[in-house]
Amino acid sequence: MPYWLVYEMTNPQPQHLWLMIVALAATAYLFKMFGLIVVGSRQLPKVFDRCLGLIPAALLAALVAKDTFSFGQTLVIDARVAGFTVAVIAAWRRAPLIVVVVLAAGATAVVRAL
Amino acid sequence: MKRFFALLTDPVVRRVVVASLTLGGAVGVFALSFGVASVSAGASVWQTCALSFFVFTGASQFSAMSVVGAGGSLAAAFGGAALLAARNFVYGLALSSSAKKMAGSLPRRLFAAHFVIDETTALALAQESPRLRKIAFWTTGISLFTFWNLGTLIGALAGNAIDPQKFGLDIAFPAAFIVMLLPHLRTKLGRQAAALGGVLCLISISFLPIGIPILIAACAVLVGLRND
Repeated sequence: MPYWLVYEMTNPQPQHLWLMIVALAATAYLFKMFGLIVVGSRQLPKVFDRCLGLIPAALLAALVAKDTFSFGQTLVIDARVAGFTVAVIAAWRRAPLIVVVVLAAGATAVVRAL
Repeated sequence: MKRFFALLTDPVVRRVVVASLTLGGAVGVFALSFGVASVSAGASVWQTCALSFFVFTGASQFSAMSVVGAGGSLAAAFGGAALLAARNFVYGLALSSSAKKMAGSLPRRLFAAHFVIDETTALALAQESPRLRKIAFWTTGISLFTFWNLGTLIGALAGNAIDPQKFGLDIAFPAAFIVMLLPHLRTKLGRQAAALGGVLCLISISFLPIGIPILIAACAVLVGLRND
């Protein structure tokens, strides 16, 4: 990879976010396109299928953990835990997303203001 | 257009169209929260809208901006988002056998590919006849694309106008992730992968660069190697 690209990818500037957007758009499109173009419905091995299907579970849980319990590279417990708790309860009770976000944000804001 | 309205006289077709519009509305609300969260993570309104228009796969967009917002590198943000986009590859394969009937010629299939996401796949595959499958795919695709981009724009403009920290909006990311995660917890393997993914991430946060723990968490999918 050219030096400037490595630099861009590791030292992001706000305007350079465009680089990631373009790369992500291309990657996502290639993934989506494959099955529709390379027709002939070849089947993936079952194990491969199962592991790919578990990606969202693993990654979404990791994202929840990171966004609730960390700031930068430190683990922290702060007002967000209140929002997290409220969000889990609301989502589990099948509240619509907008309600989940508003309740969670409200709880976080209140605890933060205390 | 006239042909489209003529189709609506068929009650079965009407049910599919109503389902796709309802889904579109729900997804629009999701997009609203993406718009708000994305600008509060540091993207401009244009960048936020470009993500929804050109990437058009929700979990990946959320993931990318969540890592950027936390101060991660663009490479780390891209890595996690690309992994999440990999499931669209599975959807494409699932639609593969009906692709020609659904979308027709190669240029039209290239266009249709942009719409290969969770909801279009689910609704299309739920139909029995190729005709309904085609209708379900296109109405869901067009409805979702419209609502997703509209919601993003409104959310981004609103998020730009307020102080996200003050309103507790930094919780918008995890709240959305929780809602997206829930359906994956229905199976035992899903719960195991989620628990392991969360733990791997928390363990590695303090000694790996921001965003990389998300990639480490992907190792949790290996619980799928066991068969049950």
